[in-house]
Amino acid sequence: MQTANLLPLVLVLAVVAYGLAYMRSRAVAAPLGGIRNLKALPFYYAARAALWCAIPALIVLAVWAGFEDKVIQGIVIASLPPDTWPESAGQASLILSQISNVAAGSLNPEFLPEHITGAASLLEAMQDKSGNFKAILVVLIAVLGATFAWTRVAPHINARKNVETTLRRIFFVCAALAVLTTAGIVFSVFLETLRFFDRVPITEFLFGTSWSPQTALRIDQIGSEGAFGVIPLFTGTLLISAIALLVAVPVGLLSAIYLSEYASKRMRSTVKPVLEMLAGIPTVVYGFFAALTVAPFIRDLAAIVGLEASSQSALAAGLVMGIMIVPFVSSLSDDVISAVPQTMRDGSLALGATQSETMKKVIFPAALPGIIGGILLAASRAIGETMIVVMAAGLAANLTANPLDSVTTVTVQIATLLVGDQEFDSAKTLSAFALGMLLFIVTLLLNVLALKIVRKYREQYD
Amino acid sequence: MTDQRSQAEIVRKSLKRRYRTERRFRLYGILAIFIALASLFILFADIISKGHTGFVKTTITLDVTLDSGMMYLDDPTDLDQWSSADFKAPIIAALQAQVPQAASAAEKRELGRFLGTFADSEIRDLLTKNPELLNTTQTIEFPTHDRVSVYVKHADNPQYSIKLSEQQQLWVDELLQKGIIDTSFNDVLFSRGDSREPANAGVLGAIVGSLLTMLVTLAISFPVGIAAAVYLEEFAPQNKLTDFIEVNINNLAAVPSIIFGLLGLAVFINLFGMPRSVPVVGGLVLALMTLPTIIISSRAAIKSVPPSIREAAEGVGASKMQVVLHHVVPLAMPGMLTGSIIGMAQALGETAPLLLIGMVAFIVDVPDGLFSSATVLPVQIYLWASSSEQGFVELASAAIMVLLTFMIIMNALAIWLRKRLERRW
Repeated sequence: MQTANLLPLVLVLAVVAYGLAYMRSRAVAAPLGGIRNLKALPFYYAARAALWCAIPALIVLAVWAGFEDKVIQGIVIASLPPDTWPESAGQASLILSQISNVAAGSLNPEFLPEHITGAASLLEAMQDKSGNFKAILVVLIAVLGATFAWTRVAPHINARKNVETTLRRIFFVCAALAVLTTAGIVFSVFLETLRFFDRVPITEFLFGTSWSPQTALRIDQIGSEGAFGVIPLFTGTLLISAIALLVAVPVGLLSAIYLSEYASKRMRSTVKPVLEMLAGIPTVVYGFFAALTVAPFIRDLAAIVGLEASSQSALAAGLVMGIMIVPFVSSLSDDVISAVPQTMRDGSLALGATQSETMKKVIFPAALPGIIGGILLAASRAIGETMIVVMAAGLAANLTANPLDSVTTVTVQIATLLVGDQEFDSAKTLSAFALGMLLFIVTLLLNVLALKIVRKYREQYD
Repeated sequence: MTDQRSQAEIVRKSLKRRYRTERRFRLYGILAIFIALASLFILFADIISKGHTGFVKTTITLDVTLDSGMMYLDDPTDLDQWSSADFKAPIIAALQAQVPQAASAAEKRELGRFLGTFADSEIRDLLTKNPELLNTTQTIEFPTHDRVSVYVKHADNPQYSIKLSEQQQLWVDELLQKGIIDTSFNDVLFSRGDSREPANAGVLGAIVGSLLTMLVTLAISFPVGIAAAVYLEEFAPQNKLTDFIEVNINNLAAVPSIIFGLLGLAVFINLFGMPRSVPVVGGLVLALMTLPTIIISSRAAIKSVPPSIREAAEGVGASKMQVVLHHVVPLAMPGMLTGSIIGMAQALGETAPLLLIGMVAFIVDVPDGLFSSATVLPVQIYLWASSSEQGFVELASAAIMVLLTFMIIMNALAIWLRKRLERRW
């Protein structure tokens, strides 16, 4: 039976267990003189039965469904005659897809070697068996769990405590999922990165100045060794992010200052949400705007001035990205500016300073650490942004600081290397994971630093 | 005394300059706000001006005589005749009847180029469903080819290049005057999946794909996010583990979205062997991505419930769990819902991680389940925007308008919920 069908079945069983345990607890309580002689309300006995029924069964189901395919595939591959065993992971996946296509009936078995058709029937049989066994096991565990809970409906047992402890543990697991996600990111990306460094030395990756991930398709091909130097990617990323920050920091900061110090309440309450809309627009929309409107515009403008601009210029991507992160800078700076105590403002104004002098000489220096923290957060956003650069920046890894040239970024390369089918043991594919690791580390460091600065600053005035 | 006067003098003299600086400073602020608002306005104006034509389709309506001799087909139910049948011939004949001056074979071929690539399959489908229509005359509406619709819609727009010869342009003008070629609301956009041909491409497949993906995301991230927030706010002991979890959540909120795509690729697809391009995997990845947002906003909502509520509940003998589940969570629910809707809106617009788990495939069929290949609205926009065919640009902008409409609705819902339900203590 399919996992998708088993899931509702387990839930139905849990509801049945709930109902049965509820009735049972009332039946137990009746001769004692009502439910107030039970240690817990009937609801808790029933809820405990439902939990006992569902949780173990769901765990077994999840584990089984997660590893079912891998295990079956391993057995099928092992069943092949030894001389046809695949030599590489790519070959293995090719054979496996052939086998599963035969099993699904979409490939005519007549033209295939016998060991493939044999494996296909084995695959089918295994899948059948696994499906049946899974269904039986899951239902059995659910029923056993419910039965156990049923026997434990007794007046002296405090079911409420059990239920509450279980719930608490479930809540804890949910909170710990964040740690699990981080661990998942670190381990999965880290392992692939290690495999990449087996092929390409880490020094070449970090300090190499040319990037062209095309590796040879065949061993006898010459001249397409592939170069994995990350420096042109990083300069490209930094160039675009720097342009973005050059737009976002002045615009965001000045509008935050105006809104918090000068604007009337009405203006503030209308302009602020409109500004925040900029942060809510999907990045693919910005990418579309950058690629189809801003980039051609800049190219034409440069042509009028007599300069030559690429149609995928870093400037276009940077400008649009800058607009996107304006609300980050402005809302974060708004927070820190309004956190500066009013007394400092009053003191400065009382001495005869104008509002702009108060702002520039008193409030801004006091808020500076927080503002820098906000800018760092915005920078980490800019570095990790993908869609705008995928659509508006180029693919060629040029080592240049000219904003009218086309550059590529770390995120663009990750996306292009991993879109479409790929085999998982080529340096080309693995390099995307190494880039991901680098991106993760850099943004993480920026964030940690920014949060530290912001927090330290906040403590000063609290 | 004189000293003081001279100081006052200095101040008075400098006042003019200082006020000027003050005015300039204010002006900078206004300018900054103006730039931000103007870019938002330009962005919307650009998308609307590019995309409004995407809601219009160009069609040719013809009285087609389904002549069996012309099609080399005498029995539509006989599948063997299909491969050799010419379904296009009657359409061209009907078109030629409207443009009598195009008589030569070459000119007829030119006329045939007005039709969309799938015009003949429309006749074929019609005859499959209704074999009795053979040798009758039917009024049928065909989508025009991209070059005709570009000419009809964008003849005076320099950004489009017209790919019709002068002769063809004259014919199209004539057909337009006769009302044979006409424009109407593009219902195809909302009733079909993707296609290689702009005239046959729609966003329905992408919308359904987005809905399925969001369903998975919501089903996972909402309960898990709330449970995590409840644990951290109400139950978590003050220890290193709790601190570690909190730091993790805050950092995850700032991890670039494409990294979640790498995680999905490495864990769900490679490790667990889940299929590519399906809403389940997309939904899982987006759920992990939105989880921190939901946890953080739910914690804020729980924090805003005053302690007096908890104390009162505890005072009448409720257990800690009862206090939380019966009182705190229901009171915090509006805030939690608001945060979740905003998180879902973010997930709806997310593209990058879905590229990595294969949701960029070219998929014609409207997905019919959580495990069928699908694409989502933002990815569809990306695909169309990077297509070389001119007709897809306006479709991409039209799809952007659809996406933005969804997002505006979700955000409006969040604001409405907050205004309507949130209690100030």
